Amino acid sequence: MRDTALAESAVTCWVLTGIAIGFLGLFLALPLLAVFSEALRRGVDAYLAAFDDPDTQSAIGLTLLIAAIAVPLNLVFGVCAAWSIAKFWFPGKSLLVSLIDLPFSVSPVVSGLVYVLLFGAKGLLGPTLSDWDFKIIFAVPGIVLATIFVTFPFIARELIPLMQEQGTAEEEAAMTLGASGWRTFLTVTLPNVRWALLYGVLLCNARAMGEFGAVSVVSGHIRGLTNTMPLQVEILYNEYNFVAAFAVASLLAGLALVTLVGKSILEWRYGHGLSAVRRR
Amino acid sequence: MLGPSGSGKTTLLRLVAGLETPTSGRILFGGEDATHRPVRERRVGFVFQHYALFKHLSVAENIAYGLRVRPRATRPPDKEIRRRVAKLLELVQLSGLGRRAPAQLSGGQRQRVALARALAVEPRVLLLDEPFGALDAQVRRDLRRWLRELHDRTGHTTLFVTHDQEEALELADRVAILNKGRIEQIGTPDDVLDRPATAFVAGFVGEAVRLPVELAPHALRIGGQAIALDHGLPSGAAALFVRPTDLTLAEPFGDNRLTATVVSVRRRGPARRIELAIADRLPTVEIELAIGRTVHQGQAVHLRLLTPRLFAS
Repeated sequence: MRDTALAESAVTCWVLTGIAIGFLGLFLALPLLAVFSEALRRGVDAYLAAFDDPDTQSAIGLTLLIAAIAVPLNLVFGVCAAWSIAKFWFPGKSLLVSLIDLPFSVSPVVSGLVYVLLFGAKGLLGPTLSDWDFKIIFAVPGIVLATIFVTFPFIARELIPLMQEQGTAEEEAAMTLGASGWRTFLTVTLPNVRWALLYGVLLCNARAMGEFGAVSVVSGHIRGLTNTMPLQVEILYNEYNFVAAFAVASLLAGLALVTLVGKSILEWRYGHGLSAVRRR
Repeated sequence: MLGPSGSGKTTLLRLVAGLETPTSGRILFGGEDATHRPVRERRVGFVFQHYALFKHLSVAENIAYGLRVRPRATRPPDKEIRRRVAKLLELVQLSGLGRRAPAQLSGGQRQRVALARALAVEPRVLLLDEPFGALDAQVRRDLRRWLRELHDRTGHTTLFVTHDQEEALELADRVAILNKGRIEQIGTPDDVLDRPATAFVAGFVGEAVRLPVELAPHALRIGGQAIALDHGLPSGAAALFVRPTDLTLAEPFGDNRLTATVVSVRRRGPARRIELAIADRLPTVEIELAIGRTVHQGQAVHLRLLTPRLFAS
């Protein structure tokens, strides 16, 4: 609905819309199209052949594994953090809120480096770990840690405003009716945030699969062992294997599109169950 | 429990429910110390101002919630739960609406569901926190009468919090007046209205206006006017609380006469209210005008003080 008091002239309106759409087309839609057109440049056979490479297969497998570990862990962490922040008061609460945002404000490369400094061969805990013969850096555990770090705000950030808005009245009602804390959480709190939770999981998953910077620092790029999909794309590209590089990239782009569609469906269908901040 | 906003009514109610923890003192349920009992073991029925219905559950499931969360040993069978829900729906006059979502009900209906949900667990005490606060005036009046009937029928001990004195005085057998976290007076509606224990109660109930007065032996001075009065209070500054029914228009001669000027004449429901200035610097007082009498703005009138409510200040 247009607010008459704020209505601009038709020209201004068209110019602004035109700039926005032009910008989106140039910087978002065009590159996305390029990914798919490059991937299919030599035909469908060449495209599919790119996935026969065992290194590529292992990269896809590793990416799925990383997401399968990082997303559930962040789900648990995000729900705990949001629950405690939204429903209770405790000392250091605002500090926790700012800490949750930290991965958003820190460059992913820095996050990766932090883990190298902590767990690397010359890092703080490196010698102890090598005594135990447990490798974190240049191995799967490091990639998992870096991915968890980079993606942990997604679910918590999604839930906190919604839970704060919903307040504690329903939980209190459940308690007066005789429900235990856990029961209250399962039957009242969780159903009230289920769509926002799913939304957060979608975003978290998309980022977990697509993360490059932090993973690149800790992975060591060992083919067939510690390469995730984004890293594999880079390697293939640097080898001038454009079709294969874009084929793998098209999978990531496809994931992004699926996430976008899922997100839009959630917003359209369950907008009232998501955070009010976004609805306005 | 009646009091202005911020007087601690809701906090006191939440303490009774176990939703807050007292820093000192004890909470007794009929002689049994419940101070350290967790809220879910207190068996209280709590009704919130904004209903707090479970949005994702149907009306019937909202009411059944308290029965369904019981441990298996004490949980009634499914059939019994359904029977009790149907009975409660009938009690709150919502039969046939059990399958609706709370969002599909009006405010008054939602609050009746909340009440049925609280009653389902057979509470020892029913705690209502401004339950009609979010409803419009007509629905409030209807629900108030209905709640009183329900209370008489079911006999649940009920603690009702409100800032609306009309509501409190009409509903309650006993009223506790709260101010700044303290109970000023507990008594029947007649007690608090006719025999206010403190200056606060006298000023809070019954639309009273507080007038500063000067007491002399057997006399009272208001803004330069004096009336003869036996008050039994020490001489000096005092506060006189005047309700619209405490003053009446009178002939100019006789005892206890005050003169005043008509500031305005306003309609208030079926009656007419006139606003009067006794002296320049004093707050204006209001009285109800008998039907058939007319006064004009600016006219000088004579008043007789029927019930002097005085508190030394």
